[in-house]
Amino acid sequence: MLGRHYLTKIVRGLLTIWIIVTFTFIALNLSGDPVDALVGDQASPEVIAHYREKFGLDRPLWQQYLAYLGSIAQGDFGLSLSDQQPAVSLIAAALPHTLRLGLLAFSVGLLLGIGLGIVAALNRNRPIDRFVMSFAVLGFSLPNFFLGILLILLFSLHWRLLPSSGDATIWHLILPAVTLGTHFAGTFARFTRSAMLEVLNKQYVVAARAKGVPRPRRVLWHALPNAAIPIITIIGLKLGDLVAGSIIVETVFAVPGVGRLLVNAVTSRDFALVQAILIMVSITMILANLAVDVIYTLIDPRMRAARAES
Amino acid sequence: MTGMTIAEPGEGKNTLLAVEDLTVGFRTARGYADVLHAVSFRVEQGRTTCVVGESGSGKSVTCQAILGLVPRNGRRTGGRILFAGMDLAAADEATLERIRGRGIGMVFQDPLGSLNPLHTVGAQLRETLRLHTDLSELQRQKRALDLLAMVGIPEPEQRLASYVHQFSGGMAQRIMIAMALACEPQLLIADEPTTALDVTIQAQILDLLNRLKAELGMAILFITHDLGVVAEMADTVVVMRHGRVVETGPAARVLSAPEAPYTQTLLAAMPRLDVAAPVYRQRSAR
Ligand SMILES: Nc1ncnc2c1ncn2[C@@H]1O[C@H](COP(=O)(O)OP(=O)(O)OP(=O)(O)O)[C@@H](O)[C@H]1O
Ligand SMILES: [Mg+2]
Repeated sequence: MLGRHYLTKIVRGLLTIWIIVTFTFIALNLSGDPVDALVGDQASPEVIAHYREKFGLDRPLWQQYLAYLGSIAQGDFGLSLSDQQPAVSLIAAALPHTLRLGLLAFSVGLLLGIGLGIVAALNRNRPIDRFVMSFAVLGFSLPNFFLGILLILLFSLHWRLLPSSGDATIWHLILPAVTLGTHFAGTFARFTRSAMLEVLNKQYVVAARAKGVPRPRRVLWHALPNAAIPIITIIGLKLGDLVAGSIIVETVFAVPGVGRLLVNAVTSRDFALVQAILIMVSITMILANLAVDVIYTLIDPRMRAARAES
Repeated sequence: MTGMTIAEPGEGKNTLLAVEDLTVGFRTARGYADVLHAVSFRVEQGRTTCVVGESGSGKSVTCQAILGLVPRNGRRTGGRILFAGMDLAAADEATLERIRGRGIGMVFQDPLGSLNPLHTVGAQLRETLRLHTDLSELQRQKRALDLLAMVGIPEPEQRLASYVHQFSGGMAQRIMIAMALACEPQLLIADEPTTALDVTIQAQILDLLNRLKAELGMAILFITHDLGVVAEMADTVVVMRHGRVVETGPAARVLSAPEAPYTQTLLAAMPRLDVAAPVYRQRSAR
Protein backbone atom coordinates (compact mmCIF):
# COMPACT_ATOMS: atom_id res chain seq x y z
CA MET A 1 0.00 0.00 0.00
CA LEU A 2 1.08 3.52 -0.78
CA GLY A 3 0.01 4.74 2.67
CA ARG A 4 2.17 2.19 4.40
CA HIS A 5 5.21 3.20 2.40
CA TYR A 6 4.87 6.80 3.50
CA LEU A 7 4.01 5.82 7.06
CA THR A 8 7.33 3.97 7.27
CA LYS A 9 9.08 7.02 5.91
CA ILE A 10 7.44 9.32 8.44
CA VAL A 11 8.23 7.05 11.36
CA ARG A 12 11.82 6.87 10.19
CA GLY A 13 11.83 10.66 9.95
CA LEU A 14 10.59 11.05 13.52
CA LEU A 15 13.25 8.64 14.67
CA THR A 16 15.86 10.75 12.91
CA ILE A 17 14.58 13.86 14.66
CA TRP A 18 14.78 12.13 18.02
CA ILE A 19 18.39 11.11 17.36
CA ILE A 20 19.24 14.66 16.36
CA VAL A 21 17.58 16.14 19.46
CA THR A 22 19.48 13.73 21.67
CA PHE A 23 22.74 14.28 19.88
CA THR A 24 22.58 18.07 20.07
CA PHE A 25 21.57 17.83 23.69
CA ILE A 26 24.66 15.81 24.49
CA ALA A 27 27.00 17.82 22.31
CA LEU A 28 25.88 21.15 23.69
CA ASN A 29 26.10 19.95 27.26
CA LEU A 30 29.61 18.68 26.72
CA SER A 31 30.75 21.91 25.15
CA GLY A 32 30.25 24.11 28.21
CA ASP A 33 27.80 25.79 30.53
CA PRO A 34 25.39 28.17 28.75
CA VAL A 35 24.99 30.34 31.85
CA ASP A 36 28.70 31.16 31.83
CA ALA A 37 28.33 32.54 28.37
CA LEU A 38 25.18 34.42 29.29
CA VAL A 39 26.30 36.25 32.39
CA GLY A 40 30.02 36.47 31.77
CA ASP A 41 32.76 35.30 34.12
CA GLN A 42 32.47 38.34 36.44
CA ALA A 43 29.04 37.29 37.72
CA SER A 44 28.51 36.33 41.31
CA PRO A 45 27.71 32.72 42.25
CA GLU A 46 24.21 33.82 43.33
CA VAL A 47 23.41 35.24 39.91
CA ILE A 48 24.68 32.11 38.25
CA ALA A 49 22.67 29.90 40.55
CA HIS A 50 19.59 32.01 39.87
CA TYR A 51 19.89 31.50 36.14
CA ARG A 52 20.69 27.83 36.51
CA GLU A 53 17.51 27.34 38.43
CA LYS A 54 15.49 29.49 36.09
CA PHE A 55 16.45 27.40 33.04
CA GLY A 56 16.29 24.13 34.92
CA LEU A 57 20.03 23.62 34.51
CA ASP A 58 20.45 22.67 38.15
CA ARG A 59 18.54 19.47 37.72
CA PRO A 60 20.26 16.17 36.78
CA LEU A 61 20.97 15.79 33.08
CA TRP A 62 18.49 13.00 32.50
CA GLN A 63 15.71 15.11 33.99
CA GLN A 64 16.65 18.02 31.77
CA TYR A 65 16.63 15.63 28.84
CA LEU A 66 13.21 14.18 29.56
CA ALA A 67 11.72 17.57 30.26
CA TYR A 68 13.12 18.83 27.01
CA LEU A 69 11.77 15.89 25.01
CA GLY A 70 8.39 16.42 26.61
CA SER A 71 8.12 20.07 25.71
CA ILE A 72 9.41 19.50 22.19
CA ALA A 73 6.73 16.90 21.70
CA GLN A 74 4.24 19.65 22.55
CA GLY A 75 5.83 22.04 20.10
CA ASP A 76 7.46 24.11 22.82
CA PHE A 77 11.10 24.72 22.05
CA GLY A 78 11.71 26.87 25.08
CA LEU A 79 12.90 30.43 25.48
CA SER A 80 16.00 31.75 23.88
CA LEU A 81 18.58 32.14 26.60
CA SER A 82 19.91 35.45 25.35
CA ASP A 83 16.76 37.49 24.75
CA GLN A 84 14.02 35.55 26.51
CA GLN A 85 11.79 35.23 23.46
CA PRO A 86 10.36 31.88 22.41
CA ALA A 87 12.89 30.18 20.14
CA VAL A 88 10.13 29.42 17.67
CA SER A 89 9.23 33.05 17.15
CA LEU A 90 12.85 34.02 16.59
CA ILE A 91 13.06 31.36 13.93
CA ALA A 92 9.74 32.40 12.43
CA ALA A 93 11.05 35.95 12.09
CA ALA A 94 14.27 34.82 10.40
CA LEU A 95 12.79 32.11 8.20
CA PRO A 96 11.30 34.30 5.43
CA HIS A 97 14.74 35.83 4.81
CA THR A 98 16.32 32.41 4.50
CA LEU A 99 13.52 31.02 2.36
CA ARG A 100 13.63 33.92 -0.06
CA LEU A 101 17.38 33.72 -0.48
CA GLY A 102 17.43 29.94 -0.49
CA LEU A 103 14.66 29.54 -3.04
CA LEU A 104 16.17 32.16 -5.32
CA ALA A 105 19.63 30.61 -5.06
CA PHE A 106 18.25 27.14 -5.53
CA SER A 107 16.25 28.15 -8.61
CA VAL A 108 19.27 29.89 -10.09
CA GLY A 109 21.38 26.84 -9.40
CA LEU A 110 18.78 24.44 -10.74
CA LEU A 111 17.96 26.24 -13.97
CA LEU A 112 21.54 27.20 -14.71
CA GLY A 113 22.90 23.82 -13.67
CA ILE A 114 20.40 21.69 -15.57
CA GLY A 115 20.55 23.96 -18.60
CA LEU A 116 24.33 23.93 -18.70
CA GLY A 117 24.41 20.19 -18.04
CA ILE A 118 22.16 19.52 -21.03
CA VAL A 119 24.21 21.80 -23.26
CA ALA A 120 27.40 20.07 -22.15
CA ALA A 121 25.94 16.60 -22.73
CA LEU A 122 24.72 17.49 -26.20
CA ASN A 123 28.18 18.82 -27.08
CA ARG A 124 30.18 16.13 -25.42
CA ASN A 125 33.96 16.62 -25.68
CA ARG A 126 33.56 19.75 -27.73
CA PRO A 127 34.94 23.11 -26.56
CA ILE A 128 31.52 24.20 -25.20
CA ASP A 129 31.44 21.07 -23.05
CA ARG A 130 34.93 21.71 -21.70
CA PHE A 131 34.09 25.33 -20.98
CA VAL A 132 30.86 24.50 -19.17
CA MET A 133 32.50 21.76 -17.16
CA SER A 134 35.37 24.04 -16.13
CA PHE A 135 32.78 26.48 -14.88
CA ALA A 136 31.01 23.67 -13.05
CA VAL A 137 34.12 22.45 -11.31
CA LEU A 138 35.04 26.01 -10.38
CA GLY A 139 31.56 26.79 -9.04
CA PHE A 140 31.49 23.54 -7.18
CA SER A 141 34.88 23.88 -5.55
CA LEU A 142 35.04 27.61 -4.75
CA PRO A 143 34.12 28.00 -1.08
CA ASN A 144 30.98 30.09 -0.60
CA PHE A 145 32.69 32.63 1.64
CA PHE A 146 35.46 33.12 -0.91
CA LEU A 147 33.14 33.65 -3.85
CA GLY A 148 30.91 35.88 -1.72
CA ILE A 149 33.78 38.13 -0.68
CA LEU A 150 35.12 38.17 -4.23
CA LEU A 151 31.74 39.28 -5.58
CA ILE A 152 31.45 41.97 -2.88
CA LEU A 153 34.91 43.26 -3.72
CA LEU A 154 34.10 43.43 -7.43
CA PHE A 155 30.45 44.43 -7.62
CA SER A 156 30.01 46.45 -4.43
CA LEU A 157 33.36 48.00 -3.68
CA HIS A 158 35.08 48.23 -7.06
CA TRP A 159 32.24 48.82 -9.53
CA ARG A 160 29.67 49.95 -6.96
CA LEU A 161 26.87 48.23 -8.85
CA LEU A 162 25.14 46.20 -6.16
CA PRO A 163 24.58 46.44 -2.40
CA SER A 164 26.44 43.90 -0.30
CA SER A 165 24.62 43.89 3.00
CA GLY A 166 21.10 42.88 4.03
CA ASP A 167 18.22 41.74 1.86
CA ALA A 168 15.91 44.73 1.73
CA THR A 169 15.38 44.68 -2.04
CA ILE A 170 15.80 42.28 -4.92
CA TRP A 171 19.09 44.07 -5.73
CA HIS A 172 20.40 43.07 -2.34
CA LEU A 173 19.54 39.46 -3.07
CA ILE A 174 21.51 39.22 -6.32
CA LEU A 175 25.00 38.78 -4.91
CA PRO A 176 24.12 36.29 -2.15
CA ALA A 177 21.84 34.33 -4.49
CA VAL A 178 24.54 34.17 -7.16
CA THR A 179 27.10 33.10 -4.57
CA LEU A 180 24.93 30.31 -3.26
CA GLY A 181 23.45 29.46 -6.66
CA THR A 182 26.82 29.08 -8.36
CA HIS A 183 27.71 26.28 -6.02
CA PHE A 184 24.52 24.41 -6.90
CA ALA A 185 24.78 25.17 -10.58
CA GLY A 186 28.20 23.52 -10.54
CA THR A 187 26.90 20.43 -8.83
CA PHE A 188 23.74 20.11 -10.93
CA ALA A 189 25.59 20.75 -14.17
CA ARG A 190 27.92 17.85 -13.52
CA PHE A 191 25.15 15.48 -12.55
CA THR A 192 22.83 16.57 -15.33
CA ARG A 193 25.58 16.10 -17.87
CA SER A 194 26.39 12.56 -16.82
CA ALA A 195 22.73 11.60 -16.39
CA MET A 196 21.90 13.01 -19.83
CA LEU A 197 24.86 11.32 -21.47
CA GLU A 198 23.73 8.01 -20.15
CA VAL A 199 20.11 8.49 -21.14
CA LEU A 200 20.87 9.91 -24.59
CA ASN A 201 22.57 6.63 -25.46
CA LYS A 202 19.55 4.58 -24.45
CA GLN A 203 17.83 2.52 -27.07
CA TYR A 204 14.55 4.40 -26.67
CA VAL A 205 16.20 7.68 -27.59
CA VAL A 206 17.72 6.06 -30.66
CA ALA A 207 14.32 4.54 -31.46
CA ALA A 208 12.69 7.95 -31.08
CA ARG A 209 15.16 9.38 -33.54
CA ALA A 210 14.52 6.48 -35.91
CA LYS A 211 10.83 7.38 -36.03
CA GLY A 212 11.52 10.98 -36.85
CA VAL A 213 11.35 12.75 -33.49
CA PRO A 214 13.29 16.03 -33.80
CA ARG A 215 16.14 16.68 -31.43
CA PRO A 216 14.56 19.23 -29.08
CA ARG A 217 11.70 16.86 -28.38
CA ARG A 218 14.04 13.91 -28.03
CA VAL A 219 16.02 15.80 -25.44
CA LEU A 220 13.14 17.30 -23.50
CA TRP A 221 10.42 14.65 -23.74
CA HIS A 222 12.35 11.41 -24.12
CA ALA A 223 15.68 11.98 -22.40
CA LEU A 224 15.23 14.63 -19.71
CA PRO A 225 12.47 12.93 -17.67
CA ASN A 226 14.61 9.80 -17.51
CA ALA A 227 17.67 11.80 -16.53
CA ALA A 228 15.55 13.62 -13.95
CA ILE A 229 15.46 10.62 -11.64
CA PRO A 230 19.15 10.76 -10.65
CA ILE A 231 19.07 14.57 -10.78
CA ILE A 232 16.19 14.71 -8.30
CA THR A 233 18.08 12.39 -5.98
CA ILE A 234 20.95 14.86 -6.00
CA ILE A 235 18.58 17.77 -5.42
CA GLY A 236 17.30 16.03 -2.31
CA LEU A 237 20.80 15.40 -1.05
CA LYS A 238 21.98 18.91 -1.86
CA LEU A 239 19.29 20.57 0.25
CA GLY A 240 21.61 19.92 3.17
CA ASP A 241 24.26 21.93 1.40
CA LEU A 242 21.74 24.70 0.94
CA VAL A 243 21.37 24.96 4.70
CA ALA A 244 25.12 24.86 5.25
CA GLY A 245 25.70 27.30 2.41
CA SER A 246 23.13 29.77 3.63
CA ILE A 247 24.78 29.90 7.05
CA ILE A 248 27.96 31.13 5.38
CA VAL A 249 26.30 33.34 2.82
CA GLU A 250 23.94 34.97 5.31
CA THR A 251 26.86 35.78 7.52
CA VAL A 252 28.98 37.19 4.68
CA PHE A 253 26.12 39.30 3.31
CA ALA A 254 24.56 40.17 6.68
CA VAL A 255 21.20 38.65 5.79
CA PRO A 256 19.09 38.32 8.96
CA GLY A 257 18.09 34.73 8.25
CA VAL A 258 18.10 31.45 10.11
CA GLY A 259 21.73 30.78 9.18
CA ARG A 260 22.92 33.89 10.89
CA LEU A 261 20.61 33.24 13.80
CA LEU A 262 22.25 29.85 14.21
CA VAL A 263 25.76 31.30 14.13
CA ASN A 264 24.81 33.84 16.81
CA ALA A 265 23.04 31.19 18.87
CA VAL A 266 26.10 28.96 18.81
CA THR A 267 28.51 31.74 19.77
CA SER A 268 26.31 32.80 22.69
CA ARG A 269 25.63 29.16 23.68
CA ASP A 270 21.93 29.75 23.26
CA PHE A 271 21.05 26.17 23.99
CA ALA A 272 17.32 26.29 23.28
CA LEU A 273 17.68 28.27 20.09
CA VAL A 274 20.38 26.04 18.64
CA GLN A 275 18.31 22.97 19.27
CA ALA A 276 15.20 24.50 17.84
CA ILE A 277 17.06 25.47 14.67
CA LEU A 278 18.65 22.07 14.28
CA ILE A 279 15.30 20.38 14.68
CA MET A 280 13.75 22.72 12.16
CA VAL A 281 16.54 21.97 9.71
CA SER A 282 16.11 18.25 10.17
CA ILE A 283 12.35 18.47 9.68
CA THR A 284 13.03 20.39 6.49
CA MET A 285 15.41 17.71 5.32
CA ILE A 286 12.94 14.96 6.11
CA LEU A 287 10.17 16.78 4.29
CA ALA A 288 12.47 17.34 1.34
CA ASN A 289 13.18 13.64 1.35
CA LEU A 290 9.48 12.86 1.29
CA ALA A 291 8.96 15.36 -1.50
CA VAL A 292 11.71 13.70 -3.55
CA ASP A 293 10.00 10.40 -2.98
CA VAL A 294 6.66 11.74 -4.13
CA ILE A 295 8.27 13.27 -7.22
CA TYR A 296 9.85 9.92 -8.08
CA THR A 297 6.46 8.28 -8.12
CA LEU A 298 5.03 11.10 -10.20
CA ILE A 299 7.74 10.70 -12.83
CA ASP A 300 8.29 6.98 -12.88
CA PRO A 301 5.45 4.49 -13.36
CA ARG A 302 7.75 1.64 -12.28
CA MET A 303 8.22 3.31 -8.89
CA ARG A 304 4.48 3.81 -8.64
CA ALA A 305 3.98 0.13 -9.27
CA ALA A 306 6.66 -0.86 -6.76
CA ARG A 307 5.25 1.47 -4.09
CA ALA A 308 1.75 0.20 -4.65
CA GLU A 309 2.93 -3.37 -4.22
CA SER A 310 5.05 -3.03 -1.10
CA MET B 1 20.71 -17.20 -61.90
CA THR B 2 23.34 -15.24 -60.08
CA GLY B 3 23.13 -12.24 -57.85
CA MET B 4 24.31 -10.05 -60.72
CA THR B 5 20.74 -9.26 -61.75
CA ILE B 6 20.31 -7.36 -58.50
CA ALA B 7 23.28 -5.09 -58.96
CA GLU B 8 22.66 -4.46 -62.66
CA PRO B 9 22.00 -0.76 -63.26
CA GLY B 10 18.89 0.12 -65.19
CA GLU B 11 17.24 -2.96 -63.83
CA GLY B 12 15.70 -1.09 -60.91
CA LYS B 13 12.21 -0.28 -62.05
CA ASN B 14 10.80 -1.76 -58.89
CA THR B 15 13.76 -0.80 -56.78
CA LEU B 16 12.65 1.01 -53.64
CA LEU B 17 16.03 1.33 -51.98
CA ALA B 18 19.42 1.17 -53.62
CA VAL B 19 22.48 1.24 -51.43
CA GLU B 20 25.53 1.99 -53.55
CA ASP B 21 29.13 1.78 -52.43
CA LEU B 22 28.24 2.69 -48.88
CA THR B 23 31.37 3.24 -46.82
CA VAL B 24 31.26 4.01 -43.12
CA GLY B 25 34.08 4.31 -40.63
CA PHE B 26 34.38 4.78 -36.89
CA ARG B 27 36.81 6.75 -34.83
CA THR B 28 37.71 4.81 -31.71
CA ALA B 29 40.42 4.86 -29.09
CA ARG B 30 42.49 2.73 -31.43
CA GLY B 31 42.13 5.14 -34.31
CA TYR B 32 39.92 5.43 -37.34
CA ALA B 33 38.77 2.34 -39.20
CA ASP B 34 36.23 1.63 -41.93
CA VAL B 35 33.64 -0.93 -40.92
CA LEU B 36 31.64 -0.84 -44.16
CA HIS B 37 33.53 -1.08 -47.43
CA ALA B 38 31.54 -0.06 -50.51
CA VAL B 39 28.42 -1.98 -49.54
CA SER B 40 25.86 -2.23 -52.35
CA PHE B 41 22.49 -3.93 -52.55
CA ARG B 42 18.90 -3.26 -53.50
CA VAL B 43 15.53 -3.65 -51.92
CA GLU B 44 12.63 -4.22 -54.29
CA GLN B 45 9.18 -2.82 -53.68
CA GLY B 46 6.98 -5.18 -51.68
CA ARG B 47 9.76 -7.72 -51.25
CA THR B 48 11.81 -8.88 -48.29
CA THR B 49 15.55 -8.54 -48.44
CA CYS B 50 17.46 -10.32 -45.74
CA VAL B 51 20.93 -9.23 -44.71
CA VAL B 52 22.83 -12.07 -43.07
CA GLY B 53 26.28 -12.23 -41.61
CA GLU B 54 28.17 -12.99 -38.48
CA SER B 55 28.30 -10.66 -35.52
CA GLY B 56 30.27 -7.53 -36.30
CA SER B 57 29.89 -7.88 -40.07
CA GLY B 58 28.26 -4.45 -40.29
CA LYS B 59 24.57 -5.28 -40.59
CA SER B 60 23.40 -2.82 -37.96
CA VAL B 61 25.70 -0.06 -39.14
CA THR B 62 24.22 -0.51 -42.62
CA CYS B 63 20.71 0.01 -41.23
CA GLN B 64 21.82 3.02 -39.22
CA ALA B 65 23.49 4.56 -42.26
CA ILE B 66 20.34 4.22 -44.36
CA LEU B 67 18.38 6.41 -41.94
CA GLY B 68 21.31 8.68 -41.09
CA LEU B 69 21.52 7.22 -37.59
CA VAL B 70 25.22 6.37 -37.50
CA PRO B 71 26.52 7.12 -33.98
CA ARG B 72 28.46 10.30 -33.44
CA ASN B 73 31.90 8.74 -33.62
CA GLY B 74 31.09 7.26 -37.01
CA ARG B 75 31.04 8.85 -40.43
CA ARG B 76 29.77 7.90 -43.86
CA THR B 77 32.65 8.62 -46.18
CA GLY B 78 31.19 7.46 -49.44
CA GLY B 79 28.31 6.03 -51.37
CA ARG B 80 24.70 6.79 -52.15
CA ILE B 81 21.47 5.68 -50.55
CA LEU B 82 18.71 6.06 -53.09
CA PHE B 83 15.25 5.81 -51.61
CA ALA B 84 12.19 6.57 -53.70
CA GLY B 85 14.28 8.69 -56.03
CA MET B 86 16.08 10.64 -53.32
CA ASP B 87 19.67 10.31 -52.11
CA LEU B 88 19.35 9.95 -48.34
CA ALA B 89 23.12 10.14 -47.99
CA ALA B 90 22.99 13.71 -49.23
CA ALA B 91 19.80 14.69 -47.38
CA ASP B 92 19.84 17.11 -44.47
CA GLU B 93 18.56 16.23 -40.99
CA ALA B 94 15.17 17.88 -41.53
CA THR B 95 14.54 15.80 -44.65
CA LEU B 96 15.68 12.65 -42.89
CA GLU B 97 13.32 13.40 -40.01
CA ARG B 98 10.45 13.39 -42.48
CA ILE B 99 11.56 10.07 -43.98
CA ARG B 100 12.15 8.38 -40.62
CA GLY B 101 8.96 6.83 -39.34
CA ARG B 102 7.04 7.85 -42.43
CA GLY B 103 8.81 6.59 -45.54
CA ILE B 104 10.91 4.11 -43.62
CA GLY B 105 9.95 2.51 -40.31
CA MET B 106 12.41 0.72 -38.12
CA VAL B 107 12.29 -1.89 -35.38
CA PHE B 108 15.17 -3.03 -33.25
CA GLN B 109 16.49 -6.09 -31.52
CA ASP B 110 15.58 -4.94 -28.02
CA PRO B 111 11.87 -4.07 -27.97
CA LEU B 112 11.69 -3.50 -24.22
CA GLY B 113 14.57 -1.05 -24.42
CA SER B 114 13.12 0.69 -27.46
CA LEU B 115 10.11 2.04 -25.60
CA ASN B 116 10.47 4.96 -23.25
CA PRO B 117 9.76 3.68 -19.72
CA LEU B 118 8.22 6.95 -18.51
CA HIS B 119 5.58 7.48 -21.18
CA THR B 120 2.60 5.31 -21.95
CA VAL B 121 2.76 3.15 -25.03
CA GLY B 122 -0.22 5.11 -26.36
CA ALA B 123 1.56 8.43 -25.95
CA GLN B 124 4.50 7.11 -27.93
CA LEU B 125 2.30 5.71 -30.68
CA ARG B 126 0.33 8.94 -30.95
CA GLU B 127 3.60 10.84 -31.00
CA THR B 128 4.57 9.09 -34.23
CA LEU B 129 1.20 9.91 -35.75
CA ARG B 130 1.42 13.53 -34.68
CA LEU B 131 4.86 13.89 -36.20
CA HIS B 132 3.90 12.62 -39.62
CA THR B 133 0.16 13.03 -40.13
CA ASP B 134 -2.38 15.76 -39.57
CA LEU B 135 -4.85 13.53 -37.82
CA SER B 136 -6.75 15.11 -34.95
CA GLU B 137 -6.20 14.03 -31.37
CA LEU B 138 -9.28 11.85 -31.57
CA GLN B 139 -8.31 10.30 -34.88
CA ARG B 140 -4.84 9.55 -33.55
CA GLN B 141 -6.29 7.68 -30.61
CA LYS B 142 -8.56 5.75 -32.95
CA ARG B 143 -5.70 4.95 -35.29
CA ALA B 144 -3.53 3.85 -32.36
CA LEU B 145 -6.26 1.42 -31.33
CA ASP B 146 -6.53 0.08 -34.88
CA LEU B 147 -2.76 -0.35 -35.05
CA LEU B 148 -2.68 -2.42 -31.88
CA ALA B 149 -5.49 -4.55 -33.21
CA MET B 150 -3.56 -4.93 -36.46
CA VAL B 151 -0.51 -6.35 -34.69
CA GLY B 152 -2.70 -8.69 -32.66
CA ILE B 153 -2.71 -7.08 -29.24
CA PRO B 154 -5.80 -7.88 -27.17
CA GLU B 155 -7.54 -5.21 -25.09
CA PRO B 156 -5.89 -2.41 -27.05
CA GLU B 157 -7.55 0.36 -25.05
CA GLN B 158 -6.04 -0.84 -21.83
CA ARG B 159 -2.70 -1.52 -23.50
CA LEU B 160 -2.42 2.03 -24.83
CA ALA B 161 -2.55 3.31 -21.27
CA SER B 162 0.14 0.88 -20.12
CA TYR B 163 3.86 1.35 -19.70
CA VAL B 164 6.59 -0.78 -21.17
CA HIS B 165 7.39 -2.47 -17.87
CA GLN B 166 3.95 -4.05 -18.07
CA PHE B 167 4.75 -5.78 -21.38
CA SER B 168 6.54 -8.96 -22.35
CA GLY B 169 9.26 -8.83 -25.00
CA GLY B 170 6.97 -10.27 -27.66
CA MET B 171 4.18 -7.80 -26.86
CA ALA B 172 6.63 -4.91 -26.84
CA GLN B 173 7.93 -5.97 -30.25
CA ARG B 174 4.37 -5.98 -31.58
CA ILE B 175 4.02 -2.44 -30.24
CA MET B 176 7.26 -1.44 -31.94
CA ILE B 177 6.03 -2.93 -35.20
CA ALA B 178 2.74 -1.08 -34.83
CA MET B 179 4.68 2.12 -34.24
CA ALA B 180 6.99 1.55 -37.18
CA LEU B 181 4.01 0.91 -39.45
CA ALA B 182 1.82 3.69 -38.04
CA CYS B 183 2.33 5.90 -41.07
CA GLU B 184 2.34 3.04 -43.58
CA PRO B 185 5.95 3.34 -44.68
CA GLN B 186 7.07 1.85 -47.95
CA LEU B 187 10.00 0.18 -46.23
CA LEU B 188 10.36 -1.48 -42.87
CA ILE B 189 13.86 -2.02 -41.56
CA ALA B 190 13.95 -4.73 -38.93
CA ASP B 191 17.31 -5.20 -37.22
CA GLU B 192 17.21 -8.67 -35.67
CA PRO B 193 13.67 -8.09 -34.38
CA THR B 194 13.30 -11.60 -33.01
CA THR B 195 16.77 -12.35 -31.65
CA ALA B 196 15.83 -11.38 -28.12
CA LEU B 197 12.59 -13.38 -28.12
CA ASP B 198 11.59 -16.97 -27.32
CA VAL B 199 11.42 -19.32 -30.26
CA THR B 200 7.62 -19.55 -30.28
CA ILE B 201 7.24 -15.79 -29.97
CA GLN B 202 9.84 -15.41 -32.70
CA ALA B 203 7.71 -17.49 -35.06
CA GLN B 204 4.65 -15.38 -34.25
CA ILE B 205 6.49 -12.15 -34.97
CA LEU B 206 7.81 -13.49 -38.28
CA ASP B 207 4.29 -14.56 -39.27
CA LEU B 208 3.01 -11.14 -38.30
CA LEU B 209 5.62 -9.41 -40.44
CA ASN B 210 4.85 -11.62 -43.42
CA ARG B 211 1.14 -10.99 -43.04
CA LEU B 212 1.58 -7.22 -42.74
CA LYS B 213 3.93 -7.18 -45.68
CA ALA B 214 1.23 -8.77 -47.81
CA GLU B 215 -1.53 -6.55 -46.39
CA LEU B 216 0.30 -3.26 -46.63
CA GLY B 217 2.45 -4.05 -49.65
CA MET B 218 5.60 -2.75 -48.01
CA ALA B 219 9.16 -3.88 -48.52
CA ILE B 220 11.18 -5.28 -45.63
CA LEU B 221 14.88 -5.03 -45.02
CA PHE B 222 15.37 -7.79 -42.52
CA ILE B 223 18.61 -8.20 -40.60
CA THR B 224 19.42 -11.53 -39.05
CA HIS B 225 22.24 -13.93 -38.45
CA ASP B 226 19.86 -16.87 -38.48
CA LEU B 227 19.66 -18.66 -41.82
CA GLY B 228 16.50 -20.44 -40.69
CA VAL B 229 14.84 -17.05 -40.46
CA VAL B 230 16.25 -16.13 -43.86
CA ALA B 231 14.63 -19.20 -45.36
CA GLU B 232 11.31 -18.20 -43.90
CA MET B 233 11.39 -14.51 -44.76
CA ALA B 234 13.63 -13.65 -47.65
CA ASP B 235 12.95 -13.01 -51.30
CA THR B 236 16.47 -11.73 -51.70
CA VAL B 237 19.54 -12.41 -49.58
CA VAL B 238 22.54 -10.19 -48.97
CA VAL B 239 25.43 -11.95 -47.27
CA MET B 240 27.86 -9.70 -45.42
CA ARG B 241 31.22 -10.34 -43.88
CA HIS B 242 33.77 -7.94 -42.41
CA GLY B 243 31.84 -4.97 -43.75
CA ARG B 244 31.62 -6.25 -47.32
CA VAL B 245 28.83 -7.82 -49.32
CA VAL B 246 30.18 -11.22 -50.26
CA GLU B 247 27.12 -12.51 -52.07
CA THR B 248 23.68 -11.37 -53.05
CA GLY B 249 20.87 -13.06 -54.94
CA PRO B 250 17.40 -14.55 -54.78
CA ALA B 251 16.89 -16.43 -51.54
CA ALA B 252 16.14 -19.70 -53.25
CA ARG B 253 19.34 -19.63 -55.20
CA VAL B 254 21.62 -18.40 -52.41
CA LEU B 255 20.31 -20.98 -49.97
CA SER B 256 20.46 -23.91 -52.38
CA ALA B 257 23.52 -23.08 -54.44
CA PRO B 258 25.66 -20.56 -52.59
CA GLU B 259 28.51 -19.17 -54.65
CA ALA B 260 30.71 -17.43 -52.13
CA PRO B 261 32.81 -19.74 -49.97
CA TYR B 262 31.71 -17.79 -46.91
CA THR B 263 28.03 -18.41 -47.65
CA GLN B 264 28.82 -22.09 -48.10
CA THR B 265 30.49 -22.17 -44.68
CA LEU B 266 27.52 -20.37 -43.16
CA LEU B 267 25.09 -22.85 -44.63
CA ALA B 268 27.22 -25.80 -43.63
CA ALA B 269 27.37 -24.49 -40.07
CA MET B 270 23.64 -24.10 -39.89
CA PRO B 271 22.23 -26.47 -37.28
CA ARG B 272 18.72 -26.58 -38.66
CA LEU B 273 19.35 -27.03 -42.35
CA ASP B 274 16.91 -29.92 -42.38
CA VAL B 275 14.16 -27.57 -41.21
CA ALA B 276 15.08 -24.77 -43.53
CA ALA B 277 15.26 -26.90 -46.65
CA PRO B 278 11.55 -27.73 -46.97
CA VAL B 279 10.66 -24.13 -46.37
CA TYR B 280 12.94 -23.13 -49.16
CA ARG B 281 11.40 -25.71 -51.54
CA GLN B 282 8.01 -24.21 -50.83
CA ARG B 283 9.24 -20.81 -51.78
CA SER B 284 11.04 -21.80 -54.96
CA ALA B 285 7.86 -23.47 -56.15
CA ARG B 286 6.15 -20.10 -56.31
N1 LIG C 1 29.54 3.21 -32.26
C1 LIG C 1 30.55 2.45 -32.72
N2 LIG C 1 31.84 2.80 -32.48
C2 LIG C 1 32.85 2.05 -32.93
N3 LIG C 1 32.70 0.93 -33.64
C3 LIG C 1 31.46 0.53 -33.92
C4 LIG C 1 30.31 1.26 -33.47
N4 LIG C 1 29.20 0.62 -33.90
C5 LIG C 1 29.62 -0.46 -34.57
N5 LIG C 1 30.98 -0.52 -34.60
C6 LIG C 1 31.78 -1.55 -35.24
O1 LIG C 1 31.30 -1.75 -36.53
C7 LIG C 1 31.35 -3.13 -36.85
C8 LIG C 1 30.01 -3.57 -37.35
O2 LIG C 1 29.09 -3.49 -36.29
P1 LIG C 1 27.57 -3.86 -36.45
O3 LIG C 1 26.90 -3.47 -35.19
O4 LIG C 1 27.03 -3.29 -37.71
O5 LIG C 1 27.62 -5.44 -36.56
P2 LIG C 1 26.39 -6.43 -36.76
O6 LIG C 1 26.62 -7.10 -38.05
O7 LIG C 1 25.12 -5.70 -36.59
O8 LIG C 1 26.63 -7.44 -35.58
P3 LIG C 1 25.57 -8.14 -34.60
O9 LIG C 1 25.11 -9.36 -35.29
O10 LIG C 1 26.39 -8.45 -33.41
O11 LIG C 1 24.50 -7.15 -34.34
C9 LIG C 1 31.81 -3.86 -35.63
O12 LIG C 1 33.17 -4.17 -35.77
C10 LIG C 1 31.62 -2.86 -34.54
O13 LIG C 1 32.63 -3.03 -33.56
MG1 LIG D 1 23.61 -5.70 -35.11
